[in-house]
Amino acid sequence: MTAKHCFALALIASTAGLAAAAEPVVGLITKTETNPFFVKMKEGAQQAAKLQGAKLLTGAGKSDGDNAGQITAIENMMSAGARAILITPSDSKAIVPAIKRARDQGVMVVALDSPTDPATATDALFATDNFKAGLLIGQYAKAALAGKPAKIATIDLFPGHPVGIARHNGFLAGYGVAGVGAKTAGLARSAEVVCMADSYGDQGKGQTAMENCLQKNPDINIVYAINEPAAAGAYKALKAAGKEKGVLIVSVDGGCAGVRDVKSGVIAATAQQYPLKMASLAVEAGVTYAKTGKKASGYVDTGVTLITDRKMTGVDSRDTAFGLSACWGK
Amino acid sequence: MNAQPKPALAPIAPVAPVAPPARRGTTRLKDMLPPATVLGPLVALLAAVIFFATQSERFLSGQNFSLILQQVMVVGVIAIGQTLIILTAGIDLSCGMVMALGSVVLTKFAVDYGMDPYAAVACGMAVCVLIGYVNGALVTSIKLPPFIVTLGTMNIAFAITQIYSQAQTVTGLPEAMTFFGNTFRVGETSITYGTVLMLGLYLLTWLFLRETAPGRHLYAVGNNPEAARLTGIATSRVLLGVYMVSGLFYGIAALLSVARMGVGDPQGGQTDNLDSITAVVLGGTSLFGGRGSIVGTFVGVLIVGVFRNGLTLMGVPSVYQILVTGILVILAVATDQLTHKKG
Repeated sequence: MTAKHCFALALIASTAGLAAAAEPVVGLITKTETNPFFVKMKEGAQQAAKLQGAKLLTGAGKSDGDNAGQITAIENMMSAGARAILITPSDSKAIVPAIKRARDQGVMVVALDSPTDPATATDALFATDNFKAGLLIGQYAKAALAGKPAKIATIDLFPGHPVGIARHNGFLAGYGVAGVGAKTAGLARSAEVVCMADSYGDQGKGQTAMENCLQKNPDINIVYAINEPAAAGAYKALKAAGKEKGVLIVSVDGGCAGVRDVKSGVIAATAQQYPLKMASLAVEAGVTYAKTGKKASGYVDTGVTLITDRKMTGVDSRDTAFGLSACWGK
Repeated sequence: MNAQPKPALAPIAPVAPVAPPARRGTTRLKDMLPPATVLGPLVALLAAVIFFATQSERFLSGQNFSLILQQVMVVGVIAIGQTLIILTAGIDLSCGMVMALGSVVLTKFAVDYGMDPYAAVACGMAVCVLIGYVNGALVTSIKLPPFIVTLGTMNIAFAITQIYSQAQTVTGLPEAMTFFGNTFRVGETSITYGTVLMLGLYLLTWLFLRETAPGRHLYAVGNNPEAARLTGIATSRVLLGVYMVSGLFYGIAALLSVARMGVGDPQGGQTDNLDSITAVVLGGTSLFGGRGSIVGTFVGVLIVGVFRNGLTLMGVPSVYQILVTGILVILAVATDQLTHKKG
């Protein structure tokens, strides 16, 4: 054989070798780049991708609700050869056509953190059970109040958001309000709930919401907050009114700043969720699909834990030391 | 040229000198009343107050009104800057993000670098004025539309805030920094210093727009920039000044936001651009420039706060607050258009 033949053979062999070792490409699309929840998710995904020898592409919308940005990210990742796309949908309905296009091309699509509408539009869902998160803190509030009459204020997200509805209704169901379940549409009301106001998940607006609720009913003794920034805002309002000692605040999220608030007594208990786990399990599923063609399916509950330093009998919980070791954000 | 000799004129008897125009301190009562554009919003506000007073006995109290003023404090001060810019036929979409950046800068400088709180606050305000300068420079020198310029700086300010703060709220602030959140009592009511500052700023701006030449130049530039230029007004300098002064107001709003919440919040201010524009529009100021009053903005700011507070006291779902705000904005703009056409 001539040198030219040898060279050609070597080239073909090495290319074949490279192709066999080509890493599977998995895409992660979050709602935004900056929310610490999604930052943690990205971290989990990157760690898992490294472990699995996969290439991770990331993208996001510009803001919560930016559907068009997520569609663009899906299209770009498909062009880049992604075999699986993991997405936290900003708009659970509007993203469905783009997801269908991806799945028609043989891409596995997994929803993270919240489902699409319909949930079957994706191959699988890896998420916190937001209803259960609310349930845990509702049960805790009931136990903590120990039979005293409840005057509840709910500091919610904003109208119509499924996560806001799930957590709110879960809280009421956990508290023991009859007739409220996971399938209840819209924010449930009850005799114990004396005020419902919106925070948009924001500390400043949470403070305003709590101030107005206190004006309406100064005897509020339980506050459910959609997340920890809203809870911090509610605490500020209570403190300004001199009521912070007698009112129980519960929330959802389990971010590190929030767990610190539980430790310092600002928040009585918080339901911690695990974005890192969501992402790493989903990346593993994506790599499995790329290598073997086996798709993930159904709903994988990534878990939620009640974090509190004031344990109540009958309600499972872990303390803030655990909470700080497992938290997301800084 | 007249070749004829001038006819001799009978000497004119000296006439008593004409009374000089009324001195500034003695303006007539008519001039003190808010202009017609504000009457509509004022009526709407009074109607709302009366309505909510009938719906909830907790509404009509000094404490509740003090609360409403605190709640509208930050957007209220931002809206002053927005009013000045809209009067020049401009608009500022970046105001909320600039405020958030200012609040992050002033808190992080004090907490992270141990800077003296007053110096840190000065730095935060300087950053806001700097972005105001950028906005103004782009509008005046490259003649870009304010909408586009501030759309760009809005995104830039947001990104810088997120990157610099790592999306984390800044806590552990020095006592002095939250001074404007402290309260003093007047009878049964506790009032925050920040509220007093806001009212003072509105008064100052009112005086500036009514009584000073630069204030009147603002209206002239908004009405007809070319005509203003021809009368000798330095339109570029007026515009640049307006954007920078508005930046200063956003910096003050940042301080008030920090005082109210007790933290530096990088996620704050995201809806403040539309909220401040809503307040300005509700107050009867024209988006086309040259017409409007800062009193109107104050009324507009109060309308939003009163509705939010009143509807919550009534237990009405918050989605209706959003609906009501939208309807009010349409009514305000329509009323403004119709009355302008008649005038």
